[in-house]
Amino acid sequence: MRPPAAKPASPATRALQVVPPSGPTVWLTSFTAGAMAFLCVFALALSLASGRLADRWSEALARTATIRLSAPPEQVQLQTDAILALLATTPGIASFRAIDDAETRALLEPWFGPGLPIEALPIPRLFEVVEADPGYDAEGLRQRLAAEAPGALLDDHTRWRRPLAEAAGRIRLLGVLSIALIGAAMAAMITLAARAALAANAEVIRVLRLVGAKDSYIARAFVRRFTLRTLVGATLGAAAGVAGVAALPAADAAGGFLTGLGFTGTGWLWPLVLPPIAALVAFLATRRAAFAKLKELT
Amino acid sequence: MIAFENAAYSYSGGELLSDVSLRLAPGSFHFLTGPSGSGKSTFLKLAYAELLPTTGRVTLFDRDVTSLSRDDVARTRRRIGIVHQDCKFLDHLSLAANMALPFTVSERESAPQDLDDLLDWVGLSHLSSALPPQLSGGERQRAALARAVIVDPDVILADEPTGNVDWEMSLRILTLLVELNRMGKTILMATHDLNLIRQAKAQLQARVLRISNHRIQLAGADL
Ligand SMILES: Nc1ncnc2c1ncn2[C@@H]1O[C@H](COP(=O)(O)OP(=O)(O)OP(=O)(O)O)[C@@H](O)[C@H]1O
Ligand SMILES: [Mg+2]
Repeated sequence: MRPPAAKPASPATRALQVVPPSGPTVWLTSFTAGAMAFLCVFALALSLASGRLADRWSEALARTATIRLSAPPEQVQLQTDAILALLATTPGIASFRAIDDAETRALLEPWFGPGLPIEALPIPRLFEVVEADPGYDAEGLRQRLAAEAPGALLDDHTRWRRPLAEAAGRIRLLGVLSIALIGAAMAAMITLAARAALAANAEVIRVLRLVGAKDSYIARAFVRRFTLRTLVGATLGAAAGVAGVAALPAADAAGGFLTGLGFTGTGWLWPLVLPPIAALVAFLATRRAAFAKLKELT
Repeated sequence: MIAFENAAYSYSGGELLSDVSLRLAPGSFHFLTGPSGSGKSTFLKLAYAELLPTTGRVTLFDRDVTSLSRDDVARTRRRIGIVHQDCKFLDHLSLAANMALPFTVSERESAPQDLDDLLDWVGLSHLSSALPPQLSGGERQRAALARAVIVDPDVILADEPTGNVDWEMSLRILTLLVELNRMGKTILMATHDLNLIRQAKAQLQARVLRISNHRIQLAGADL
């Protein structure tokens, strides 16, 4: 018979074990986090790609225009000279050049295939005009062209590029919104899962409270578990998402101004931040749920 | 250590306990008796801040229970060893881990070294790795008692610790409580076993509180 007294010994590694393992819900949390991270990778890719697209298009929109010349063969050289002379005397133009046959062929290759007999086709002659700052008067230029080179047509791209650039910007916004929604949905699901786990362990929690456990101690067991599960799930999901994006055909190589959905350069680093962010979301959501539920239970 | 001043408690219905005023002095040994449903467990729950008095005051270690935060309650319970009437354990942990639980959750750096001695003291050494559902009623009662004393509390509140065991085991549990009292612990034990009370009175100075008519009175020598 001896006085039971507290004395030092080994570290409190049992801290996590006070809450029993909870079977299939473990995998539900990981699965949810994984699926969300997977979706997030695509939303991220979409938003980065449309961002690039919007940037590229609005940049091009702001600065370049094309003059197309379709004229009977005997007039082509005459009108070409007229156009070049006219551009040289127009204020507000930074530079201009005639696009030669080889370059035109290269531009058209994606659409018509290689070996195009360009000389035999009524392909218009193209001139690239780069706008200065401040720019030229597009309407004035158009009228002068009509007078001096009737086969020439100024295309400042505004007509078709502006809506495209706007659409790309809108898609980027939708991508960002999707990411936010996915994050919120994940937080909600993890909160529900955590509340369910806490409720299922109400008896355990009661015992722990009665032997003197603080809320923070009990909460920690749950929070750590959910955070780890989320981290693992999100890592796998993000990896799968990146693999999926990497497996997409590279549209850049094929399509001139079209950009691929993939990541470019440092864009590949973005999916790396998803698992830690998911874990942080899980941490905060579980912690909130745990403290609220603990007050409710005991 | 634990003091009630005109405290009353009622669940949804009428008042279960009224106008309770008493003080558990350090080192004292009290029995709490009364018919089933008279409020013994309720009284104990008031004494470890599981319930708050509906009127009046309950003070634990000189602090009003209504002023305690949830963390304060947790810290206070580390100074009170509680043996519940239904002996709740964590069924996924071994008996030894369950007994160490108050220690584990108090986040001390160390684990109790005298766990083995304690198991020995309650005669459960051979069951240290058993899971709680595998224990008999008497074994659970003794394990609950061991768990209650592991953090070296000042007060031990035992709710029918001999509730479902035979006379011999009751005596054994009583002996353990008497030993703890001799070591200076304040003990309050709820029981309706008058024979056990008589047995105890032969061994030490014990006072008997009786609940009748929603009030708690000190019973006379007649018992
Ligand atoms: N949570 C509760 N809500 C409502 N009524 C309760 C609650 N807990 C106990 N009661 C009622 O309060 C009364 C006293 O219960 P208590 O458990 O304190 O009695 P007891 O003296 O410990 O009885 P026993 O000797 O059977 O253990 C009982 O009538 C019980 O039904
Ligand atoms: Mg009772």
